[in-house]
Amino acid sequence: MKINEAWLREWVDPPHDTAALAEILTLGGLEVDAVEPAAPPLAGLVVARILAADPHPDAERLTVCKVDDGREERVVVCGAPNVRVGQCTAYAPPAAVLPDGRTIERTTIRGIESAGMLCSAAELGLGDDAGGILELDPDAPPGAALSSYLQLDDAIFDIGLTPNRGDCFCALGIARDLAVLTGSTLREAGVIPVPAVAATVLPIELAAPAACAVYAGRVIEGIDAAARTPMWLREHLRRAGVRAIHPVVDVTNYVMLELGQPMHGFDLARLDRGIVVREARAGEQLVLLDEQTLTLEAGTLVIADRSRAVALAGVMGGQDSAVQADTTAIFLESAYFDPVRLAGVARRYRMQTDASTRFERGVDPTQQVRAIERATALILDICGGTPGPTTRVEATQHVPARPTISFRPERVNRLLGTTITPARSAAILRALGLTVAEQDERWQVTVPAHRFDLALEADLVEEIARVEGYDQIPVRLPRGSARPALPSRLSADEQRARELLAARGYFEAVTYSFIAADKARLFQPAGALHELANPISSEMAVMRPSLWPGLAAAARHNLNRQSDDVRLFEIGGVFGGERGAAVQVNRIAGLRCGSAQVPHWSARPRETDYFDLRGDVEALLRVLGWKAVDIQPCEHPALHPGQSARVSSGTRELGWIGALHPAVARALDLDTPLFLFDIALPDERERDAPQYTPISRFPAVRRDINVLVDEDVLASDCLAAARRGGGDRLRDLQLIDVYRGQGIDSGKKSLTLGLIFQVASSTLTEQEVEAAVEHILAALRDSVGGILRK
Amino acid sequence: MGDPEQLVSEAESAVTAATDLAALDDVRVRFLGKKGRLTELLKGLGALPAAERPAAGQAINAAKERLAAAIETRRAALQEARLQQALAEERVDVTLPGRGGLPGNAHPLTATMARIEAIFLHAGFDVARGPEIEDDHHNFEALNIPAHHPARAMHDTFYLSDGHLLRTHTSPVQIRVMREQPPPLRIIAPGRVYRCDYDQTHSPMFHQVEGLLIDEDVTMADLKGTLDAFLRCFFARDDLQTRYRPSYFPFTEPSMEVDIKLDSAHGFSDWLEVMGCGMVHPNVLGNVGIDSERYSGFAFGLGVERLAMLRHGISDLRLFFDNDLAFLRQFGH
Repeated sequence: MKINEAWLREWVDPPHDTAALAEILTLGGLEVDAVEPAAPPLAGLVVARILAADPHPDAERLTVCKVDDGREERVVVCGAPNVRVGQCTAYAPPAAVLPDGRTIERTTIRGIESAGMLCSAAELGLGDDAGGILELDPDAPPGAALSSYLQLDDAIFDIGLTPNRGDCFCALGIARDLAVLTGSTLREAGVIPVPAVAATVLPIELAAPAACAVYAGRVIEGIDAAARTPMWLREHLRRAGVRAIHPVVDVTNYVMLELGQPMHGFDLARLDRGIVVREARAGEQLVLLDEQTLTLEAGTLVIADRSRAVALAGVMGGQDSAVQADTTAIFLESAYFDPVRLAGVARRYRMQTDASTRFERGVDPTQQVRAIERATALILDICGGTPGPTTRVEATQHVPARPTISFRPERVNRLLGTTITPARSAAILRALGLTVAEQDERWQVTVPAHRFDLALEADLVEEIARVEGYDQIPVRLPRGSARPALPSRLSADEQRARELLAARGYFEAVTYSFIAADKARLFQPAGALHELANPISSEMAVMRPSLWPGLAAAARHNLNRQSDDVRLFEIGGVFGGERGAAVQVNRIAGLRCGSAQVPHWSARPRETDYFDLRGDVEALLRVLGWKAVDIQPCEHPALHPGQSARVSSGTRELGWIGALHPAVARALDLDTPLFLFDIALPDERERDAPQYTPISRFPAVRRDINVLVDEDVLASDCLAAARRGGGDRLRDLQLIDVYRGQGIDSGKKSLTLGLIFQVASSTLTEQEVEAAVEHILAALRDSVGGILRK
Repeated sequence: MGDPEQLVSEAESAVTAATDLAALDDVRVRFLGKKGRLTELLKGLGALPAAERPAAGQAINAAKERLAAAIETRRAALQEARLQQALAEERVDVTLPGRGGLPGNAHPLTATMARIEAIFLHAGFDVARGPEIEDDHHNFEALNIPAHHPARAMHDTFYLSDGHLLRTHTSPVQIRVMREQPPPLRIIAPGRVYRCDYDQTHSPMFHQVEGLLIDEDVTMADLKGTLDAFLRCFFARDDLQTRYRPSYFPFTEPSMEVDIKLDSAHGFSDWLEVMGCGMVHPNVLGNVGIDSERYSGFAFGLGVERLAMLRHGISDLRLFFDNDLAFLRQFGH
């Protein structure tokens, strides 16, 4: 909401400068987002009257004007199409400076000397109209400084209104608050009736009284179609960011900006016998002022005459019935529409207007006639005409009642922590226009009709707080009844995982939770995808079923920017479950590609492979506390079939690791092999603390064995057999080497196992160790066909 | 029988000639070993007349001692030389880079959330979480935002085709916690939120931390105290100024917005809005069955991106979601 300072000061004139007013408004809850000057400095520009306008002898489009600048006659050559004799306009004499920095000079244009220039609104920084010279009122005094004549020494406040303060969408509303906040007097004019001169009325019928409970109207005939909106009114509109269009429209806009009551002016000649406020029939059509044709849904509230809809109620008027350049008789509308019924209508038809914004937040249901009278007076001033009587129709049972709130003054300090006296509370509420009946501990407070946001005791406490000033509320720390609590398990696990992966060279990514459907399908060909009904783009259309697509896209982003070595991880939600029953699970996933290590002068560079990734994942599984983890070959649609493994713990699937499938990589436009993991995060509940096992005081014995097995035997099966065979004596088992080649039959491989024997109670004898090794060899032979290689 | 003196001088020449420890040891064995020549002299004593034996023995032993000392001196010299040589050979260029790369790091947004969580954990707040796909009830209705409410226009909501929605704030977590646990309550709820708005200053996904404290006799003074302390802690500045302005949120009443100001050395000397907050609306307390006559409480919400941008001097919101390594690696210390 833009409003100029001078307009506010017409209502209330506190002894503060512009900056102070802005701060008072902001700290009172009407946040001033910006303060702008009403116009750029226009030093040297004056009002001038055109005394003569003759065509330039040598230039078709130019006019040679004689102008009166208040002191003398000047000759100015002008190219504007709207130059007329008798017209008053803005004149920039030589040495004047325009807002764009140009200094005006005496010039000769096609042989005729021009003493300066006549200016358009755009050239003066007074709007964007560059189509002709600025047209001032005919009685503008030549020679007057333009800035003082137009009262440009003014500021525009741009106020970001919160949705509860519909009452402040007008000069009166903001002035009302400002008066209370500064302790100044509001100059309230009230209703000034304009008596009827003619008897013409248009019948009004409220056919949907729950949606429209009050409708006031008035006919004004015989208006001057050639009348022009005076400069002072145009300037008020311009400073509020509203364009001047037609005197009737300008007046209705002005009254809306002044009193907060949206109005509409119909061309009386285009209305058929009366006004009906009713619900639209399905499919009914309406061409609006902005020329778009609406096909209405059944139930949408419209203003109709006896034959058709003529306006979308509370939003915008229709084109057919709008005032036009030749209009001589009008019908003014000033109504109250129910905010709940109007909510969402503008959005549904994609037409947020100044009117709909106000009606949605609540317009004072007692102000309709006041607005009509004010508009009538202005129209008569500008266009003349003979007004008929004001008609007001009301569906009394649907007019909102002024709520009465039961209020305990002691609650003020209990909620705010202040020491505000009941007398002070009462004074603030009364200043705000509330009626206070003080009865001991429980007061009855009645809300004025313009406040739609006050319904509860807490609402009144806020009013008292904001007028008193939030800076008056003391600062203290809450008294403690805080129970000790551990950091959330989930947060702690995430933090440990984050630190581990970071230590291993990974960077954390944050990618969007919604991704393109085709990308999602690459990683999850089957199962439900949860689609957004209103996505921003097809690239952000479904909730991600996996963290991999986003990470792969982030990898691609970096690979395309000359980062060849990428290690990224993300922790976040993925979305599974059936349609209509989405289940969010938080997971940790990552990827790496490029060099296995940072290049080092001591080592040959090596590309990342599956085992680099697997090492990272093994460490991750440990810090996450997953026990009895098993990693087994298993195919995944997005992974290379020969380098893909499922990670599980007991019967629970934890996730997947492997190389990105080359076909998926191609589809993602990636030509670097990516290695990926995706692991479940543990549950929220606290884990069991690790339990101590006594450390043996007796020495360990180490034996290494080479075992020959078939090429397709899995290392994990060999290790499991060895562990089984070694029993309690085998404390530790390492796979030290895998050898193929000379001395080994093709189709075979040799595994070197490092066996470490140790028990808690004694030193193992040579015989005991030998027996254990024999057991291990027997288990390897039986389980995986392993043969000891000497 | 040879002359010990002559043997010693012969041996001393050999000691001097030995250029490594092995050669020196050869000399030792040759003269002092079990079959060494000086040892042999001692064995020959028996052949001498008894009267000559003591003097001869004494002379041989003196010669042995002298030779042993000479060998020892030479050994020490050779050892020292070998150590010096090894030290010289083992010299490395200590300015060559070390092995193994530098670590990565957390994302600035999660790092910021962790910082916020840590501060509130110390003030006795638990961390609570909730689903990102929400229903209308938890995201709006229970928070005192009925369907026709103008505030819904501020929440450009993403809907799923089944009618669920992506939470527009983390406030629904408040509702879930208040329904599950009786007061007193102190929680914060960090997480992702979504609004259908995408331009230079809006991301359709961003992060919020919501806070809630419910207890007896909680006032707006407690809220101001808590947030003042938090903000000073977060920015690690005791001279941080705060300003509280009336504002509007459907789920708090009274409501306010918090502005901060720092000296210009930190790049923001104007008031900057950082948080919204207020006393929990009696309708919200009623919706979750908490007696608003006995209990009161406050709630606050902050944008993680905004605080991260202020703290790290980041100018463009979209950088957070590009995941460019050149950006991410700037937050590793």
